[in-house]
Amino acid sequence: MKQEMYAPAGTPVANARAGKSKIGYLIKDIVRDKWLYLMLLPGIFYFIIFKYIPMYGVTMAFQDYKPYLGFFESPWVGFKHFERFFSEPQFGMLFRNTVILAMYNLLFFFPLPIVLSLMMNELRHAKFKNFVQTLVYIPHFVSWVVVVGIFYILFTTENGILNEILYQITGQKIAFLLEAEWFRTMIISQSIWKEVGWGTVIFLAALAGVDLQQYEAARIDGAGRWRQLWHITLPAIRSTIIILFILRLGNFMDSGFEHIYLMLTPTNREVGDVFDTYVYTIGMTQAQYSYSAAVGIFKSVIGLILVLGANWLAKKFGEEGIY
Amino acid sequence: MVQDKTIGNRIFDTVNYTLLLLIALLCVMPFIYVLAVSFTSPAEVAKGGLILWPKEWSLASYRYIFSTNTLVRSMLVSIYITVLGTLINLIFTSLMAYPLAKTHLRGRQTILLAVLFTMLFGGGMIPTYFVVKALHLTNTLWSLMIPGAISAFNLIVLKNFFQQIPDGLEDSARIDGCNEVGVLFRIVLPLSLPAMATFGLFYAVGHWNQFFNAILYINDNTKWPIQVLLREVVILASSSIGDSTIDSTEIQPLTIRMAVIVFATIPILLVYPFLQKHFAKGVMLGSVKG
Repeated sequence: MKQEMYAPAGTPVANARAGKSKIGYLIKDIVRDKWLYLMLLPGIFYFIIFKYIPMYGVTMAFQDYKPYLGFFESPWVGFKHFERFFSEPQFGMLFRNTVILAMYNLLFFFPLPIVLSLMMNELRHAKFKNFVQTLVYIPHFVSWVVVVGIFYILFTTENGILNEILYQITGQKIAFLLEAEWFRTMIISQSIWKEVGWGTVIFLAALAGVDLQQYEAARIDGAGRWRQLWHITLPAIRSTIIILFILRLGNFMDSGFEHIYLMLTPTNREVGDVFDTYVYTIGMTQAQYSYSAAVGIFKSVIGLILVLGANWLAKKFGEEGIY
Repeated sequence: MVQDKTIGNRIFDTVNYTLLLLIALLCVMPFIYVLAVSFTSPAEVAKGGLILWPKEWSLASYRYIFSTNTLVRSMLVSIYITVLGTLINLIFTSLMAYPLAKTHLRGRQTILLAVLFTMLFGGGMIPTYFVVKALHLTNTLWSLMIPGAISAFNLIVLKNFFQQIPDGLEDSARIDGCNEVGVLFRIVLPLSLPAMATFGLFYAVGHWNQFFNAILYINDNTKWPIQVLLREVVILASSSIGDSTIDSTEIQPLTIRMAVIVFATIPILLVYPFLQKHFAKGVMLGSVKG
């Protein structure tokens, strides 16, 4: 069909095609588009080398991988590493930590950008709105190292400003950064500080599309502020909320590796270690390559199932779906 | 939106404006605090308390971090990978996006699917590490630029953007004897400058902020980008900036940490106005499905 569209009947290309085999067309098209294919080459090589070879490399999880033998020569061992992983106590711990962090994220982080954008939508002075937007987006653009670094400086028990204030009020200090019970709170508050403002961008874009006449009509009909919010503003961002919620479900297993890695200390590992950080510790610092790759695959496969499931769910809800 | 001036509405507005002002300040206060302390004299810092504007100014911490070459070297590494890395990103991404924008190209759908699939599933950290190692890129700065040369997401968005450019403009160049590479560089890219600026800025911020790849691929601490140095100095609190012992009457370790944070953040704040101008556009670009 596509070729027909590109070469309408009567043109030289279409006439030439009438008497040629399929392979003839193919070669002709490739010769015609030789520059385009040439331009594709670097990109294709990139995806093969850095995406598809590592994807084949996951087979190392079924081997006893030796760096000097490589992906192709290392001996096969079947499901040995998976069996070991499922029988180790770490498995339960990693699963629990990952799921709890993800739940906290959905519960405490997810609603905030929605609330914030609704608040910003109620602002009537464009300049003030602009000012607020400019400031709340800033933390999104700095690195996790800077964010965690600033939190370290503010929360440390050694002259950290927040602990100083706490000390003056209550007479004691709290080791927010070391105590395991504070770990999740710190992670979620850092995520909130860094990303909530940026999270409003997509909702504000959706809200910008709402016809102001709708509000006017509602006011004439006697609708107050809350009724307008409930009947006009919220429906306008409903599908955005659903899509983002589903995307979040799809990324349930991704706890934000860099962020958690930066916050991990020997004292909070039992609540802080998630699949990704465990893969790094076991694989790169203890050189158990195949075992860590097996853990990595387990996580990726669950992630893939979640993404596809979430997308299916989106379509079920009558939304467009992401893929 | 003109609302009725009822008491309820006025209270709502007052609360709303105040809360948003507080939230906005909460987002920038930590930066101001860091900046202020980095310029404050050790005596004033030692007294403690919240400093948002130094009473006694001091450049001691900056003088100190510039007296060791560690910080300068890390800054240079970061600038190098940001500039060269972004250039590589833009060239690779646009070279691949342009042919994929041509709907008549044979094999286009297959390639697009293969690209999309990498967004859903990947080999993960360990296999990727061994590929980078096998290519002898570990411990070179290339390991921070090449393995992330094309972001699948940006590629698809840029492809959609190229598809919207009217064919007539490209055809006129072809009639004048331009080949496809010429069309891309003389017609399509100049028409896409705002999009390229957006992608460039986002790629550049990513390079400047990257931290973990350097931990993974680079052992040699003379090749550390600024973010890795920052983690050493602030989070691990090691005195890896220089090896002289610090006299705390002259410099507070705290102000040195602050000064390093300032250096790791300032380039971002410098490009932020441009980012802000473009990212709304960038977000809308991403919303085009195709």
